[in-house]
Amino acid sequence: MANKTDSEFLLELHNVGKTFAATETNAITVLQHISLQIRPGEIVALVGRSGCGKSTLMRIVCGLTKASSGQVLYRGHKVTKPESGISLVFQTFALFPWLNVLQNVELGLEAQGVSREERRKRALVAIDMIGLDGFESAYPKELSGGMRQRVGFARALVVNPDLLLMDEAFSALDVPTSETLRNDLLDLWLERRIPTRAIVMVSHNIEEALLMADRIIVLDSNPGRIKAEVPVTMKHPRDRDSHAFRQAVDQVYSAMTAVSRATPMMRALGIGHRLPDTGIQQMLGVLDALNQPQAGGSVELSALAHELHLEVDDLFPLLEALEMLDFAHTADRRVELSSHGKGFVEADIQRRKMVFGEHLLHRVPLAAHIRRVLDERANARAPRSRFLRELEDFLTEDEAERVLDVIIDWGRYAEVFTFDTHADRFSLENPGEERVEEAKR
Amino acid sequence: MGLAQPFQPGEALPISLDPSNLAGYALRTTLRMAAAMLASLVFTFAYASWAARSERAAQVLIPLLDVLQSVPILGFLSITVVGFIKLFPGSLLGPECAAIFAIFTSQAWNMTFSFYSSLRMIPKDLYQAAEVFQLSAWQRFWKLEVPYAVPGLIWNAMMSVAGGWFFVVAAEAISVEGYIIQLPGIGSYIALAIQQRDLTAIGWAIFAMLLVILATDQLMFRPLTVWAERFKFEFTEAQGEPRSWFLAVLRRAQLAMLLTRLSAKAWDVSSRLLQHLPARPAVRLRWRFARRGVRLMDRLWTPLLIVAAGTSIVVLARFVQAEVSYAEIGHVFLLSLWTGLRVMVLIALASVIWVPIGIWIGLRPKFAQRAQPVVIFLAAFPANLLFPLAVTAIIQYHLNPEIWLSPLMILGTQWYILFNIIGAAAALPSDLREVAANLGLSRWLLWRRLLLPTIFPAYVTGGLTASGGAWNASVVAEVVSWGSTTLTATGIGSYIAAQTVAGDHPRIALGVAVMSLYVIVLNRSVWERLYNFARQRFVFT
Repeated sequence: MANKTDSEFLLELHNVGKTFAATETNAITVLQHISLQIRPGEIVALVGRSGCGKSTLMRIVCGLTKASSGQVLYRGHKVTKPESGISLVFQTFALFPWLNVLQNVELGLEAQGVSREERRKRALVAIDMIGLDGFESAYPKELSGGMRQRVGFARALVVNPDLLLMDEAFSALDVPTSETLRNDLLDLWLERRIPTRAIVMVSHNIEEALLMADRIIVLDSNPGRIKAEVPVTMKHPRDRDSHAFRQAVDQVYSAMTAVSRATPMMRALGIGHRLPDTGIQQMLGVLDALNQPQAGGSVELSALAHELHLEVDDLFPLLEALEMLDFAHTADRRVELSSHGKGFVEADIQRRKMVFGEHLLHRVPLAAHIRRVLDERANARAPRSRFLRELEDFLTEDEAERVLDVIIDWGRYAEVFTFDTHADRFSLENPGEERVEEAKR
Repeated sequence: MGLAQPFQPGEALPISLDPSNLAGYALRTTLRMAAAMLASLVFTFAYASWAARSERAAQVLIPLLDVLQSVPILGFLSITVVGFIKLFPGSLLGPECAAIFAIFTSQAWNMTFSFYSSLRMIPKDLYQAAEVFQLSAWQRFWKLEVPYAVPGLIWNAMMSVAGGWFFVVAAEAISVEGYIIQLPGIGSYIALAIQQRDLTAIGWAIFAMLLVILATDQLMFRPLTVWAERFKFEFTEAQGEPRSWFLAVLRRAQLAMLLTRLSAKAWDVSSRLLQHLPARPAVRLRWRFARRGVRLMDRLWTPLLIVAAGTSIVVLARFVQAEVSYAEIGHVFLLSLWTGLRVMVLIALASVIWVPIGIWIGLRPKFAQRAQPVVIFLAAFPANLLFPLAVTAIIQYHLNPEIWLSPLMILGTQWYILFNIIGAAAALPSDLREVAANLGLSRWLLWRRLLLPTIFPAYVTGGLTASGGAWNASVVAEVVSWGSTTLTATGIGSYIAAQTVAGDHPRIALGVAVMSLYVIVLNRSVWERLYNFARQRFVFT
């Protein structure tokens, strides 16, 4: 295939942006000014924290959703609907449970109107190639997670896509399974046994991205923007214990933390701030690790992630929460325990709650706001919907719900307010005391 | 006897009480049921798909479905039969269609609801996979939407058929404007047996019905349920899946191979022909785009709906008002109150009886497995076949019909309560039972803290179904005859029945409207609240 498109880009993104309507007047920008070119022959990985819009970007590229601004060009023409040259592998596999392996793999061919005999032949070749032979008549529920995702790959590859998109394709699998599947795919790619000319993957696992990609694009969040690009020149197979690999890992981490310095997160930016989805036990776990004698209050991010088995999606929200609450500070790929953080982690259970409560009311405007409203009201109660409405001026509906859930969790732990799920309202009543009163009566 | 045989209104169709005719009658009754089921299925696919694809359509279609569900079918049978006779003048096709339509209206709504909610629950990623791989709308419908809905649809079809037997029996002998049309079938056979006070014939009819229900269960629903297992949206293999001997036979048979090949061919051809059907996924799936300004139609839609609803109420009111005085309208409301009282008392009584029994059975897995098909069977059996037995007893012992006719209303629908409770009790996680035993909970505490909360959501579902069914059954249960003796209980059911015999359309409309109103209000104010409460408090997540 020596036509002239060979020398051009396979895929081009020009200034792509995506905005969702939150309310009638407010819009939320998820993606902004994304410009990117994919050349034939390369694997590109997009990494970023949750909320950076990488999955949305993936869906724009494969024509499932429209960009609000800018354009996506595939082989020089505008992508407005799903293209037969672009295949997607889903994080959740997205297999049809009532179709067996063969029927699932044939699906895309059937949609293209390929004849029964032809699609049977091609599907069997794909099944063979991906290592599923023998399982043709099995149903997805009879397969392990790894085998299911192989079906996902076979289904995506059987239509001979130019461009293969992988949306966190390995993240639902356990570590050894994802390793095997990744290596098998890499072999197919390196030995050119598949006609695919480029792969774009979204990942929240930095090592995974470094094991596969030729280029890593680091995305910033709120709104999603391209923050940095890290080229990877190591030869395959890559050794994750090699010095060069460790250096590359640190390089990506520092690109990601550089992002966090650009958007100030010392203090939450107001009540509409997107609070990170982090539990108190997780925070304590990290602080505990920092407070270990051998750590001495400061640890490299890559080491911390490795030790606590944290992926980017968990790690960065955690760091943000600790930063917001002034318990730890992240700078240049190191995280450092603050004096408050040390006090917090070394306190006993009751004292911890007090420390946490003080920091919460001081440093998280939404918590302070809820507490103030409750203090002002005679009965010290306020419905959840009141705060939800306020948050929806800044956040999408789902996001507002999520943020409110986070603040409920934190507030309950700190006992700065309580929340009654059945009545759907916040209050200052101490639920423990009330029950005792009730029992006395 | 062909369907399109000539027929003039008023002409009597020969029905014989000879048991040897019963096989033929049973077949015709079953065919009516099958035709209605087919119609329900087509209706379900069209109506639910439309509602799921357009938010604006759903705004009208879903509340409308809710209303249709509460309308007493037997009440307006006599109105529809006139319409159908006019549609096919001089042919038996008219009354046949009217009977089938009556069964259809007893079956379609819950199936439509089930399909609609399935369509809205299909996982987003499957829809996206269908889109990425460019399935046409036709392919998506049959490869994704229908398969996903199959388990729910089959379950609801089973419930529909179970309820349908009741109406098929009632709809075969239709009284229209003073004369009675008796279509050949088990229902007409029963009606004639009642007229002639022939208890033996009634015994034969009950026996025939038992066989028919047994056959539909074994030859149709059992194989369908087993086959539907593969469509269950779960990724773990279930334990103790149901079995069907008939499906096993079918799967081995040559005929099945041929059918598979034929359907594959039909599928290929239809996908090719219908490739360019306009594609539009279900509503929930479309992404929200930032849109500046609201379109004119969006702004006009709600007021438009209000005006349309208001107009139809006024038209109905004027139709009724031309004939009926305010005092009578008030009287009809009062009659409904009586029937409502009966329904509530009966539901309470049935609950007191069946809740403990259901829990007892449900907690014993071996027993529960065997009991469930029996209960489905009992629910399917048309209770109106047993009415004559009850009437003879009431006459024999000089009982008060106002009280003793009431249980007939719930005879057929009480099983929904029992059935749901057995299911919920059987699904109680064993670790919770072990904890209860470990903590040494007393019997009272065990019921209050574990068993009752566990079954509550299922109880509400069962109670809702039973109460709706009881309202509907009141039309045939409040007036029951045996030969020339007729027993009547005061209520909206007997009012509608009397107006139907008289062919008084404005009064039928009034009765039906008032009963529907009661059912809707009761559902909204009691059952729906209980349901939401149950879902919030007691459902394991």
